[in-house]
Amino acid sequence: MACKTEIKEKKRGPLAVIECTEDIPCNPCTTCCAQKAITFEGSINSLPKLDEDKCTGCGICVARCPGMAIFVVDREYSETECLVSFPHEFLPMPQAGEEIVASDRQGKPVCAGTVHRVVRPESFDGTAVVTIKIPKEYADQVRGIRTERGV
Amino acid sequence: MTYQTQVAIIGAGPAGLSAALEVAKQGGKVMVFDENDRAGGQLFKQIHKFFGSGHHGAGVRGIRLGQQLLEQCIQSGVEICLSTVVFGIFPGNELGIVKDGRSHTVKADKILIAAGAGEKPLAFPGWDLPGVMGAGAAQTMVNINRVRPGNRILTIGSGNVGLVVSYQLLQAGASVAGIVEGLPKINGYAVHANKLMRQGVPVYLSHTVIEARGDGQVEEAVIAEVGPGFVPIEGTEQTLSVDTICLAVGLTPSVELPRMAELAMVHLPKMGGYIPLHDSHMRSSNPDIYVAGDVAGIEEASTAMEEGKLAGVSMAEALGLVSAQRARELAGEIEERIGELRIGSHGDARRMAKEEIVRGYEAWLAKQK
Ligand SMILES: Cc1cc2nc3c(=O)[nH]c(=O)nc-3n(C[C@H](O)[C@H](O)[C@H](O)COP(=O)(O)OP(=O)(O)OC[C@H]3O[C@@H](n4cnc5c(N)ncnc54)[C@H](O)[C@@H]3O)c2cc1C
Ligand code: SF4
Ligand code: SF4
Repeated sequence: MACKTEIKEKKRGPLAVIECTEDIPCNPCTTCCAQKAITFEGSINSLPKLDEDKCTGCGICVARCPGMAIFVVDREYSETECLVSFPHEFLPMPQAGEEIVASDRQGKPVCAGTVHRVVRPESFDGTAVVTIKIPKEYADQVRGIRTERGV
Repeated sequence: MTYQTQVAIIGAGPAGLSAALEVAKQGGKVMVFDENDRAGGQLFKQIHKFFGSGHHGAGVRGIRLGQQLLEQCIQSGVEICLSTVVFGIFPGNELGIVKDGRSHTVKADKILIAAGAGEKPLAFPGWDLPGVMGAGAAQTMVNINRVRPGNRILTIGSGNVGLVVSYQLLQAGASVAGIVEGLPKINGYAVHANKLMRQGVPVYLSHTVIEARGDGQVEEAVIAEVGPGFVPIEGTEQTLSVDTICLAVGLTPSVELPRMAELAMVHLPKMGGYIPLHDSHMRSSNPDIYVAGDVAGIEEASTAMEEGKLAGVSMAEALGLVSAQRARELAGEIEERIGELRIGSHGDARRMAKEEIVRGYEAWLAKQK
């Protein structure tokens, strides 16, 4: 069926999700992105904006953001699963293939998952970008893995 | 013995080192004194990546910024005297220093006080039990001495210091039972708080600590909700099982030396307490003494570095090492960068307070005439 209005299809594949909510003077997210996918309207004090068409989901900004406020989410990794990447600066370092409990923004357990990948090149200066595989429906909820550090 | 230098700087933190570098670049002779056995001030404890823009080393860990600054200073011929306490400033631009148990005198044409800040205490029943400590002290223990102050921590205060230190205690393997904040909102950057919350650390807003209990050591903390005027609300008490209470209730400028030098001061609670009045280029009420960094109002390492540079340029100009025209250009560039740091919901208040200090200085100056 022909459709007159062009509906821009949501880009597939991994995309950055920026959870930076305050106007703090900060900009490594813009300067580190080779695709120039993150910009500021106005001063460096405004909130970063993502151009989804440009973002490749490479995860560099996840490691570089000093606020640890950027994630990469691949909503359609498979029929049933999504991938969530987050910055990680704790020991022990998770290992690919490890079974984990995925947790939300309050550290509360959400679902079971597995570690898909751990990237930690020297240029990330100690920060690892950990990617976990979890059921698709939790893509917007899960932002890390459960540790026993909080309460 | 008596040392002679063009510029003497008290404190090898980001402010002091940045100033030293600026003076050395203009060919001046600089000596920097710091009581610690390492240079960098607060920076050598900051293992986290810093905010800011490219000019301010954003995304770089504080400790590396400190190392970079130190290397540049050494290359530029700055003399850094560590494990050296400056115990006094005396008339005639003389400093009294103690090194290796001996006291010496330093005569300088210009003096910069970049002594940083100290932690504010908070008194409550049981606050003198072992296990109650400043967050800065806890940070020194984990990041410098590699000793965990305890295994289960409660942090009082949700400013950036409380948030950052709590996260670093988690990284050191402790658990954090909570962050207690008297205000109804988080005081520091939301992104710092979110990192802690993702690790399951609860934040108790509109709460305070009312007692620490234990037999010879902290074993429990009693916290309660507060109503108007920070008065604890009866019946809301909760007991948390913790072995360490970290106090992060603010910093106050270290003004012992400015007081001794009888610098004119202003009391500004939002900048941490008493602050030496200074002009827009960091000169205090004594034309030979300058101030920069946290001692001139509690801010951040990024602003401390810029203020240090500004003080460095003004001292170099006053010493005739750089022309007035060139000094104006350099200062203009620095001021532009400082301006970028003092904006936004957290920065605006600091900018206004800094303006108040400069206005105070101008009013003081007008009265002298
Ligand atoms: C937990 C924590 C996290 C922080 N995070 C950040 C951040 O992410 N980004 C940021 O920009 N800033 C941050 N800061 C703030 C930053 O560290 C300070 O604002 C900055 O270090 C101030 O620099 P300064 O040079 O004025 O003082 P300091 O770094 O405190 O240096 C002053 C030095 O002077 C020495 N000294 C004082 N008196 C004497 C004396 N009489 N004789 C000899 N030596 C003396 C002191 O020992 C000290 O070494 C943080 C601070 C803390 C505590
Ligand atoms: S994920 Fe990569 S491409 Fe996307 S915004 Fe971040 S750095 Fe740029
Ligand atoms: S680097 Fe991170 S904290 Fe800084 S502006 Fe970008 S998203 Fe926000």
